[in-house]
Amino acid sequence: MNRIRLVAVVFLALTFSAVLLADFVAPAPYAKQFREAPNAAPSAKHLLGTDDLGRDAFSRLLYGSRVSLLLAPAAALLSTLIAACIGGLAGYLGGWFERAALAATDLSLSLPWLFLLLTVRALLPLNIAPIASVTITFALLGVLGWSSSGRVICSGARAIRQSDFVLQAQALGCPPHRLFFKQVLPNLQPVLSAQFWTSIPIFIIAEANLGVLGLGVSEPLPSWGNLLRGLENWPEVKASPWKLMPIVLLVAVVSCFQLVFQKRENLAS
Amino acid sequence: MWLRALPKHFLRLALTILLGGLLGATLVRLAPGFGVDERELDTRLSTQSIEALRQSHAPQNNIFAYYRGYLVGLFRGDLGFSTSLARPVSELFAERLPVTLRSVAVGVAAGWLLGFFLALPSIFFRWKAYEVFTAGLSGLFISLPAAILGLGLVYAGGPASLAIALVVFPRVFQYARNILLQSAHLPHVLAAHARGLHSTRVVLCHVLPNAAPLLFALAGISVSMAFGAAIPIEAICDYPGIGQLTWQAALSRDLPVLVNVTLLITIITLAANSLSDLASTAFARPRL
Amino acid sequence: MIRRSLLPLALLASCWLFVSASNAQSGAQSGAQSSAQSGGELRFSIQSEPKSFDPMLADDDSSETVRYLTTGYLIRLNRQTQQLQPEMAASWKVSSTAQSITFELREGVLFSDGTPFSAEDVAFTMRRLMDPALHSPFADPFRSSAGDVKTEIKNPHSITLQFPAPVANLEQLFDGVAMLSAKSAHSDTAGLGPFVVSEHKAGSYILLKRNLNYWKHDAAGKPLPYLDSVRLDVQQNRDLDLLRFRRGETELINTLVADSYDRLAADMPSSVHDAGPSFDTEQIWFNQVPGAPIPDYKKAWFRSQNFRRAISQAINRADMCRIVFSGHATPAAGLLSPANHFWFNQNLHAEVADGPGALKRLAADGFHLDKDVLRDRDGHAVEFSIITNTSNKLRERLAVLMQDDLAKIGIRLNVVTLDFPSLIDRISHSFDYEACLLGLVNVDLDPSTQMNVWLSSASNHQWNPEEKTPATEWEAEIDKLMRAQASTTDNKKRKEYFDRVQEIVYEQAPFIYLVNKNALSAISTSVHNAVPVVLRPQTYWNIDSLYLTPPDPNGRHGE
Repeated sequence: MNRIRLVAVVFLALTFSAVLLADFVAPAPYAKQFREAPNAAPSAKHLLGTDDLGRDAFSRLLYGSRVSLLLAPAAALLSTLIAACIGGLAGYLGGWFERAALAATDLSLSLPWLFLLLTVRALLPLNIAPIASVTITFALLGVLGWSSSGRVICSGARAIRQSDFVLQAQALGCPPHRLFFKQVLPNLQPVLSAQFWTSIPIFIIAEANLGVLGLGVSEPLPSWGNLLRGLENWPEVKASPWKLMPIVLLVAVVSCFQLVFQKRENLAS
Repeated sequence: MWLRALPKHFLRLALTILLGGLLGATLVRLAPGFGVDERELDTRLSTQSIEALRQSHAPQNNIFAYYRGYLVGLFRGDLGFSTSLARPVSELFAERLPVTLRSVAVGVAAGWLLGFFLALPSIFFRWKAYEVFTAGLSGLFISLPAAILGLGLVYAGGPASLAIALVVFPRVFQYARNILLQSAHLPHVLAAHARGLHSTRVVLCHVLPNAAPLLFALAGISVSMAFGAAIPIEAICDYPGIGQLTWQAALSRDLPVLVNVTLLITIITLAANSLSDLASTAFARPRL
Repeated sequence: MIRRSLLPLALLASCWLFVSASNAQSGAQSGAQSSAQSGGELRFSIQSEPKSFDPMLADDDSSETVRYLTTGYLIRLNRQTQQLQPEMAASWKVSSTAQSITFELREGVLFSDGTPFSAEDVAFTMRRLMDPALHSPFADPFRSSAGDVKTEIKNPHSITLQFPAPVANLEQLFDGVAMLSAKSAHSDTAGLGPFVVSEHKAGSYILLKRNLNYWKHDAAGKPLPYLDSVRLDVQQNRDLDLLRFRRGETELINTLVADSYDRLAADMPSSVHDAGPSFDTEQIWFNQVPGAPIPDYKKAWFRSQNFRRAISQAINRADMCRIVFSGHATPAAGLLSPANHFWFNQNLHAEVADGPGALKRLAADGFHLDKDVLRDRDGHAVEFSIITNTSNKLRERLAVLMQDDLAKIGIRLNVVTLDFPSLIDRISHSFDYEACLLGLVNVDLDPSTQMNVWLSSASNHQWNPEEKTPATEWEAEIDKLMRAQASTTDNKKRKEYFDRVQEIVYEQAPFIYLVNKNALSAISTSVHNAVPVVLRPQTYWNIDSLYLTPPDPNGRHGE
């Protein structure tokens, strides 16, 4: 397992450095249109070919990864923290607070948040920089994404509240807030980490789906979202398999994350 | 004793559902583009006709009055009239609900089976190849948008409802794996192992019951997840279900349809989660 | 997409003072052969569930398709010859003032449920159509002034319609008026068209069966239509539609997108058709509404003719046609496409991309380049946003190409894609936008159908709708010219007026026209008698003469 973990770590390190140093690694600016060569096949000049407007696909993948790899984990962290607070407190405190929090969770899962996103977009100025609008989109996703794990965390916190060692600590006079942060939350860590790791690709894809409604990243900034949307045209992808690179990279990154951090969990528990 | 709590519980559920409907309606009402009609851009229409079109949406402008009227109608069995499809909402639901319920049921069941049974071996074995394989598999399916999964299945000639299963299973797998592993590492489970108890018995009698409350909560959530995935899948693959209806209603701001869909999803989510709560309390082991 | 009437209305050729059709009672369709085999089911896709089965209100594509297949009309525009031809009306006569029209109806025609067709049905249809509460898009063009239509039935096969004021383009408007039955018990479903709706599974498909009472016969006397049935599948995804066509599950694709065309042409060259430039245009315009919530300095830019013309000059239309449409489009010269042979102003030519020229034009208004950023007289950097709808990928690519073209002259363009209701809200209600990119499905040949775009008081005068008085001199001149062309029946004079309108639009560029798209379609080789044309519906306009031969059992469909 060590060797596999090492490979995963190296791959992640390489990807992150390439992405963070995109300004130096990318062969061309992501917006530059090589109009004589739209939809070109991979060549020495364009490692992954060009897209339908003649922009270098490799550069767009690097810059797009930068946007998604930095913002999606941030949003995932935000949603996990909110879920930990609300779900954890609900399970820990019990009673009316738990009932209210669970009702809020259920409502949050059922409401059409799409319209809130549309409203926020309408309130933003039209001339906002693409990076600002995508940051706001991810922030909103983070704020709205807590509900899918809220219940699970609440169950977990409830179980911990009713467990022996917590009763013992309470008997010993441990103050509630210390109990919550030192005992309850750490024991919720497996669920929280599952929430975190699954949220990252989910938010990346959510950004792609929102792009269909005009809420994603605006041109010419690339993101994994709009790179993934290109996959919907299956016959074209079959004819030019190098267009699968974004999804291959995303799957590789997500899987490597799982491999690296899961191992650590196993050792910890 | 719990019989006394039942009416209070139902009242709470009913209030939550009604609140959900109102909040959903408010979100739709406040969104940009409410009350506009694509037909306003038809150059054949005179200015008076366009003005009449704009006025036709006026009754929906006061959302509280609208919702009150809707609830009154609901008690009479009238779900309202769709503005985008010009048909009673009850007819639309009657046609489309069975289609979606069937595909969601199949999707959740298949996704759970797949996710759970992929997660289970992790507590027995520590095969590296298995870890890499499952990480890759769940990574792959969680990284593909639901719409692409649905499209892929249609191209391959399979039913789009399996796409729901493929959307549900990676998340179930991740959570279930972590929950089961955590349960498997509890002190009394390790002790049972050390005492030589058979693995299967340990899993069935100790690991699973401990994990049960969280797993039931997860089951409740996967129903909402499945409905959420059904919308883009049905929209892109032209499945005549509630998901496709919701997508079209969202794009045309069809308030009557959207209020009903929000209520429906709220009811289903609350029902699924209430059932999972009940199941987990039934399985709760008293701690001594 | 701004949609115009999907049923084309105008004539194409010579000037007529009186319009009267030939008495030809011929029911023969062009190209009908006695070798045609009866039977078979034609299958193709519609993009969405039809919103209405009422022929008076059929406004969207899918409803219009069902309407086209199931209803009959007094006068029909032949999509191929672009001439009017008699249908239910064996002949007609328009008065010299264009205020009344007399129809001699065809005899022996039955509705699909057997009720006979007569002048009473025409009167009933017109009364229903002109009901003010209905707001039918097919009725409004008749309403040149307030007042009711008077119907005078001389005998069961002759009727005169009297309008309160002259109606421009009168006879062509009847191509949009579907005949309803006054006496039938099922007046909603009884139609005069070649097919009748037989099955309808909402959201899934509509099955239409042959109308056994259809009045037409081919040259050999065989009753039309040849086809037994038509199946319309609701298929929103164009790629899936293409896949089904390749698999032989459908026989036609009515409108093909440019990149699908190329892919299909590589494998099935005899199935794809490029009928040449269509009437569809793609255009951008700037917000010139005085009360719009945008900064004053931007309003000043958008109101400047030099600014608008310079933008038009900076855009590279040739690249757009080559890259986005793979050559299946031509740069647009003005508001009409050259495919509209009679009305198109031949003196207009598309602007060639010229960045330096654009900068010179901008300099005349005080704009100057400051280290690769264009600034106006007061030092504001020239930056604005353009909104467009999300569901059209080709349009998004046009916007990105434009973004790059304008960056070359120092202008920063922000492309904002919005869902359609949000877009309409901004361009028609709140006016909170700076520029907009949309397309026009412009199937109407006659300029009178564009009154609601060019009149400054109209709602579809997009850059500044519903002006109380014309905001500029040139808009006042356009108003005058449009009214003038609507009030005469002398086509030569009308063409003079409308040529001048086209010139003014070219000079002032309230709309900057980008490209004219070609009419692309796909028809399986098992379908015979199909003649793809430019007017909608491109492939099945003559559906009553289409017939199928069984596909080659050994080979793939169409190969």
